[in-house]
Amino acid sequence: MSTVQSDALTFECETGNYHTFCPISCVSWLYQKIEDSFFLVIGTKTCGYFLQNAMGVMIFAEPRYAMAELEEGDISAKLNDYGELRRLCLQIKKDRNPSVIFWIGTCTTEIIKMDLEGIAPKLESEIRVPIVVARANGLDYAFTQGEDTVLAAMAQRCPSSMNDQPSSITKNTNAHIPLVLFGSLPDPVATQLMMELKKQGITVSGWLPSKRYTELPIIQEGYYVAGVNPFLSRTATTLMRRRKAKLIGAPFPIGPDGTRAWIEKICSVFSIVPVGLAEREREIWDSLADYISLIRGKSVFFMGDNLLEVSLARFLTRCGMTVYEIGIPYMDKRYQAAELALLKTTCDEMNVMMPTIVEKPDNYNQIDRIRDLKPDLVITGMAHANPLEARGINTKWSVEFTFAQIHGFTNARDILELVTRPLRRNLSLSELGWDVYSKQG
Amino acid sequence: MKLAYWMYAGPAHIGTLRVASSFKKVHAIMHAPLGDDYFNVMRSMLERDRDFTPVTASVVDRHVLARGSQEKVVENITRKDREDKPDLVILTPTCTSSILQEDLQNFVSRASIETEADVLLADVNHYRVNELQASDRTLEQIVAFYIDKAKFNNNVLTQKTAKPSVNIIGAVSLGFHNQHDISELKRLFNDLDIEINQVIPENASVHDLKELPSAWFNFVPYRETGLMTAKYLEKEFNIPYIDITPMGIVQTAICIRSIQKLINSLGANVDYEKYIDEQTRFISQSAWFSRSIDCQNLTGKKAIVFGDATHAAAMTRILHQEMGIHVAWSGTYCKYDEEWFKQQVQGFCDEVIISDDHGLIGDLIAKTEPAAIFGTQMERHIGKRLNIPCGVISSPVHIQNFPLSYRPFLGYEGTNQIADLVYNSFTLGMEDHLLEIFGGHDTTEALSVGISADESINWSDEAQKELSKIPGFVRGKVKRNTEKFARDCSKNLITLEVMYEAKEKVSS
Repeated sequence: MSTVQSDALTFECETGNYHTFCPISCVSWLYQKIEDSFFLVIGTKTCGYFLQNAMGVMIFAEPRYAMAELEEGDISAKLNDYGELRRLCLQIKKDRNPSVIFWIGTCTTEIIKMDLEGIAPKLESEIRVPIVVARANGLDYAFTQGEDTVLAAMAQRCPSSMNDQPSSITKNTNAHIPLVLFGSLPDPVATQLMMELKKQGITVSGWLPSKRYTELPIIQEGYYVAGVNPFLSRTATTLMRRRKAKLIGAPFPIGPDGTRAWIEKICSVFSIVPVGLAEREREIWDSLADYISLIRGKSVFFMGDNLLEVSLARFLTRCGMTVYEIGIPYMDKRYQAAELALLKTTCDEMNVMMPTIVEKPDNYNQIDRIRDLKPDLVITGMAHANPLEARGINTKWSVEFTFAQIHGFTNARDILELVTRPLRRNLSLSELGWDVYSKQG
Repeated sequence: MKLAYWMYAGPAHIGTLRVASSFKKVHAIMHAPLGDDYFNVMRSMLERDRDFTPVTASVVDRHVLARGSQEKVVENITRKDREDKPDLVILTPTCTSSILQEDLQNFVSRASIETEADVLLADVNHYRVNELQASDRTLEQIVAFYIDKAKFNNNVLTQKTAKPSVNIIGAVSLGFHNQHDISELKRLFNDLDIEINQVIPENASVHDLKELPSAWFNFVPYRETGLMTAKYLEKEFNIPYIDITPMGIVQTAICIRSIQKLINSLGANVDYEKYIDEQTRFISQSAWFSRSIDCQNLTGKKAIVFGDATHAAAMTRILHQEMGIHVAWSGTYCKYDEEWFKQQVQGFCDEVIISDDHGLIGDLIAKTEPAAIFGTQMERHIGKRLNIPCGVISSPVHIQNFPLSYRPFLGYEGTNQIADLVYNSFTLGMEDHLLEIFGGHDTTEALSVGISADESINWSDEAQKELSKIPGFVRGKVKRNTEKFARDCSKNLITLEVMYEAKEKVSS
């Protein structure tokens, strides 16, 4: 295990033998967010099987996504990639008439070096439907990073002036330089965050992604951009390097503390003194008192699988919990710099030890550590949840944090609703007196 | 390339993992990219497993792509050997890793020098076989490996047991009601005074496999997993096998009679007729149920059946033979087993469908408009959309198909369960219809929506009004029949006249 010390935070890196979702899972929430899209995952039965099982019942609602299932002829190059993709995309165009088709490259297309980026522009002009290529594969990425690859690809499609923009977009009437936010959030959550900024006199000119592909925001050189999720480092890089936008590096608006810090940072960029923010934050904390009394003084262990870990750990520390370990698939110290700094400040202020951040964790070793530490709560994937529960250890399924509404002041309660659920459940079961349900130990 | 939304059977490595993780102290190491260890989630969720699934990944990442796995796979195998001390480690290629064409056999040979555990490379072609075929092959591979090993050490147990005995082959994790079925089979063999020699692979130890040959015969309850092993043991040790699934009253009797014939030919002297008669008429409720007034009401009702070969074939026979239900068509997604399936259901249904395209199955159901569906979770959802009740009889399944209570599909208790399932599906349908006839709680105009897209044909106001007077449960059918009739005689407006004409000419 390699250990690096930086800014008093301890970073470790393990073997990368951990459980997480494949990044192609991002199609399940992105196709719902981008209403006129169609997602085509170019891969094998293994990818398809994962999607149909991971997405559960959603699969039955005639989703706007499908597999382009590779057969032996595709692998051995007996079939022509261009011809095959053309046939499938024409069928999709005929059946669904989407405004954009996303091609999700997988491990297999990487290994057989299928030139998706090369084929897409040709086919796009032939069938007259935009084709956006994102390589969301398990060779390079984990779970939520899938969205990052898709948004990074979309960032390049954002128009740079009104003329490129087919449908009308809210004109930026404000004095400040336009601000575009990035990260896919459910519409109500996006509206809530925009309203919080509006209270400070900040207008959001656009959002990547927008509700429809045809409504992608204008991004010009010098525009400000801010991320709402910690896993969007490629998108941030693309916006800065390719679109010459200026990134506002802020903690993420998760928890009332994070939301306030996020708004404050954006305000400071526009030289605005925030109004009523401290009060708003305090009100939210007050409304959480009942939940916080359940977790104050308790310990938590993040096994790591969705990159939300640092922000959640920071929020739970502020709630009075002790974080033993923050497992995380990948740590971009530059993109998450402000979040890491806030974590450090929070630990100092709450007078708790700084947790170790373990990149590319090893689940087997982590379970050893969990046995030793006996944390009050382990936030983990479904592969480990039931076995840990059977050994008397409370768990919360990490994927729920990805699908629940957790951003902004309004949704802070939802995070604690999730975190406290196993504790509340076990309060009601505790009189039974049975804790361990496995004979293996 | 194939445009696919849904599949009935998973990829090959899932079959291998299901067999490997069914044995005790067998660990599978997948040569796979990050995220392919989704099997662990399924085991932990669907089966609510209390223990960690003995499957880990040797992760194929960008480095492996550039430089090859090199020491990584060997290290992962030897590490697992130290950590968990398994009896056997199975290296499992995935469809991604199999394109890399690394010499995994070489890694296995190298690792096995250093490990206490035996090490095997799963022998399945990811682009040619599916989950079910792979599970069949993997079980045979493991059995053959330990039989060979025992032969080499000269400790195969070929001495037959004193009393008639049997091996039950093919109960795997994530199998449809497998655990309950196995309990029921054990009970059945106990009643028949036949010893259970071994049950594999669920909960078996690989070290006991050398004792398989001491059984008088092998029993394969499911077509999908176990047949290859039974055939292998027949070839190696001349052990006969029975592969008649004891599902339903008639098939259970046939199965027991063949067991009787088989063991008598091997020197036993048993007569099970009295047992069959007693069980059929007085212990199982299902034969009596068939005779009761309830079941009379099911006579001639239309149903369709779809699922894996074993369950779909058995269900088709039960519906037709034991309950007098009209099976409009019966189908399976086990395309590789087409011939067997056709021969099994011949005479029990109007038509046989062999397909793994759920879209086609959905369209067929919409066209057939059965009163009930017996299929997989996919057919249940099709039924939901068409307002047709569905009993789930086969994988693929959801968590609700892993019930806590005792729910076998095989043996005499199985017949009771199936009778309940069938009856409840139909009566729920009836209840729904009655509610609608008597102006029940549902006021939506939902039933006319089919899965197949209809071209639009106009209805006159009068005809529309008339249509709305027809009770909900036949309204969709009348609408479709009338429209079909109108199309056939090139009429694009349906008036009252056309409607009545259709009614006269189109026999329902």
